[in-house]
Amino acid sequence: MVRTSPRADLPEPPYRSPVRLSVNGRPHELDLDNRTTLLDALREHLGLIGAKKGCDHGQCGSCTVLLDGRRVKSCLAFAVAADGADLVSVEGLAEDGHLHPLQSCFVQHDAFQCGYCTSGQLCSALGMLDELRQGWPSVVTPDLAAGPDGLTEPEIRERMSGNICRCAAYPHIVSAIREAAAAEGVR
Amino acid sequence: MSAPAAAVGRAHPRLEGRAKVTGTARYAVEHPADGLAYGWAVQATVAKGRIVRVDTTAAEREPGVLAVLTHETAPRLNPVESPELLLLQQPRVRYRGEIVALVVAESLEAAREGARLVRLDYDTEPHSSVLTERHPSLYKPDHVNPAFPTDTCVGDFDAGYEAAEVRLDQTYRTPAYHNNPMEPHAATAYWADGRLLVHDSSQGTNDVRSTLGRLFELPAETIRVTAEHVGGGFGSKGTPRCTPVLAAMAARQVGRPVRLALTRQQLFGPVGYRTPVIQRIRLGADADGRLAAICHDAISQSSTIEEFAEQTAVLTRTLYAAPHRRTTHRLARLDVPTPSWMRAPGECPGSFALESAMDELAVACGVDPVELRLRNDTEIDPEEGVPFSSRNLAACLRDGARRFGWADRDPAPGVRRDGRWLVGTGVASAIYPARTPGASAEAAAGPDGTYQVRINATDIGTGARTALWQIAVDALGVPGDRVAISIGDSDLPPAYVAGGSAGTAGWGLSVDRACRSLRRQLDERYAGTAPPDGLSVRVDTTDEAAGLPRAPRYAFGAHFVEARVDVDSGEIRVPRMLGVFATGRVVNPSTARSQLIGGMTMGLSMALHEEGLLDQRFGDWVNRDLATYHVTACADVQRIEAYWVPDEDRGNPLGVKGLGEIGIVGSAAAVANAVHHATGLRLRTLPIQLDKLVDRLPVG
Ligand code: FES
Ligand code: FES
Repeated sequence: MVRTSPRADLPEPPYRSPVRLSVNGRPHELDLDNRTTLLDALREHLGLIGAKKGCDHGQCGSCTVLLDGRRVKSCLAFAVAADGADLVSVEGLAEDGHLHPLQSCFVQHDAFQCGYCTSGQLCSALGMLDELRQGWPSVVTPDLAAGPDGLTEPEIRERMSGNICRCAAYPHIVSAIREAAAAEGVR
Repeated sequence: MSAPAAAVGRAHPRLEGRAKVTGTARYAVEHPADGLAYGWAVQATVAKGRIVRVDTTAAEREPGVLAVLTHETAPRLNPVESPELLLLQQPRVRYRGEIVALVVAESLEAAREGARLVRLDYDTEPHSSVLTERHPSLYKPDHVNPAFPTDTCVGDFDAGYEAAEVRLDQTYRTPAYHNNPMEPHAATAYWADGRLLVHDSSQGTNDVRSTLGRLFELPAETIRVTAEHVGGGFGSKGTPRCTPVLAAMAARQVGRPVRLALTRQQLFGPVGYRTPVIQRIRLGADADGRLAAICHDAISQSSTIEEFAEQTAVLTRTLYAAPHRRTTHRLARLDVPTPSWMRAPGECPGSFALESAMDELAVACGVDPVELRLRNDTEIDPEEGVPFSSRNLAACLRDGARRFGWADRDPAPGVRRDGRWLVGTGVASAIYPARTPGASAEAAAGPDGTYQVRINATDIGTGARTALWQIAVDALGVPGDRVAISIGDSDLPPAYVAGGSAGTAGWGLSVDRACRSLRRQLDERYAGTAPPDGLSVRVDTTDEAAGLPRAPRYAFGAHFVEARVDVDSGEIRVPRMLGVFATGRVVNPSTARSQLIGGMTMGLSMALHEEGLLDQRFGDWVNRDLATYHVTACADVQRIEAYWVPDEDRGNPLGVKGLGEIGIVGSAAAVANAVHHATGLRLRTLPIQLDKLVDRLPVG
């Protein structure tokens, strides 16, 4: 990082740490201010602007990424605490220029308008489908012990409610997820 | 070349869809720049007073902090129309949360910490921040937004009301609403070689450019403002905001590019909000529900900084027939932030009151609420006395009733049970003006058979980019893959802000004219193919737009809602919303549907979830984030449908009326009316939440 502080009389802040992150399969070694969130590490240090900052307080979901396979709100995690982690952000979903089925279903179903929540919705949907596959119940699961009985609309709506879309593309998000999941054999 | 299939009228995915789902679409603070610095705003902690001491020592000592801008140190600005934008120029504080300092630093972390360390001492004065019917500052503004008469009167309301067989007199209240686009207001600014470049999260960069030009005393040509992708606005980015101004000031001060994004919490005030409104509606009708007299009195607020007069009662001037009618607006000036545009300003809060009152009248007269609206329909603008350009409200009501299954509805409130749920249905009408502002656009043909369309429209999520491209493709008569469109840049031909649901009608007309003119010239002079150095045509539709027929022109709609209320807890669920709209010609059914259901959902959010809760001790809202200011989430929206009826209207040459706002008009009233039908309880104050119902429900 280029440091051009005119306050050269002051010592470098002591509170920095080396952080190793694998992002979308690529290793990165960073030297970060300990206060840097995972979200800011991606956006401001790695130039990966896909994850968005909608609230910086874990209240909107637009910063959602997959951390070691699970969906997390990257604005709530400090990058130093994720040292060694394996991250997948929206930039990592397409392979060789081919959109992930979720991405193409989002486009086909018009599952976004302004697009600002979209990266978070996509990463959240991926994590959510995996949770469902593992049989995690949600508050709308009729029988908690038996687990969810498939990818019903109420299950999707409930499980996607941590991702706010002020444009309110919700019904299209739900239908896009259903179609993409069906294509992948999740029902 | 055979004529390609028409693009207009066919669903087409958004042109920028791929960029948005791959995370490569760049928003305001996502443009790379060398030597970036970061800004962080500091807000006033008192509602009214004066800064008497500024201590930035600790902030400046924070490693990484480059500058602290306050009214003592910030670059001087030249006056502009909106005093809001004269940021950091003087020590007075007019509302709690006003931006009083800006910290610029090497990193976000240092800027944030620096902002925490800025110390400001205030001399405070007593403040008044709560709107009431009797506030001493109430007055009659000269006009209401944008340029409507403040009061209107036709016939003799008092006499007509007195003589009416059925009379209704009720007051409705809506709280402050915060636009909360998902992308907070943000800008990146750079100065280079005397030029200023700004990436702004804005609904219209022409105004931002001219405002920056005046503030910094620069010729407009030396400023460029872009807004290629904007993460929503809903009105709050429709006028130039503090962010580009502060970013430009900071960038000038530190001599580096500056990124400035407000935090979510900082949006609750400084970027505008929908004013709370107190509305009194009086309806006088015969026993069959035919209106004889209608009166709508609206009270709203503005700040002490500038006047903002919400046009709340304006829709009552046109929606229903009645020989005797009156509308009034009064405004209080409080120690609060200046309210501003929010989706369907005027019509949105106004329709909650009027359409709730119409439901109450239907109950009072024992007339079906759809039938009541049909009985009061009018082909003539009831104040202007001239026919509408087209009026398909009745078609919307009938088609919606058919699709929704309204016919068998039992009118009795509070009598249907499905297990624990009380079940009801409600209806409301919608109206929104259809405008066609003039704009400039350019169309160019290359010798390789490709076309470039250029216009400074802005796509804030509406689908404007795609709709304009569809219009261009048809006007040029070539396959879509040969046509590229550029928008969102003040270097492009100037066009009106993305607001007033006027984009597709106004920008679209200009794009159509530029493309048709280009096509004609190519065909007449070049046998259809562009010359080696290309051919370009620029048009300005200001005159054409001003010369369009002057008949009153509106979009219409009808909402149908099913609500369920838990008889024990008062929990409210809305399993179904259905809207039918008459919005002229629909250019892209896919993005149009998204706009309509987006508006309807924001109405649901208004009915059940959103409420700015003001603490008068501090003169500020206490719920200033998304955990405490609730907006509708995925689980709140179940079945939601939007349809449109044929609506031939050549008042705009393309037949377009616009549909970004009409979806929210009447939506909240339809929910409230359905809650009444379910429970027998009439809620005249929004939001409707379980604490307002639970003690009053029938014992389960
Ligand atoms: S930005 Fe992380 S949840 Fe909103
Ligand atoms: S698409 Fe705009 S917030 Fe979801």
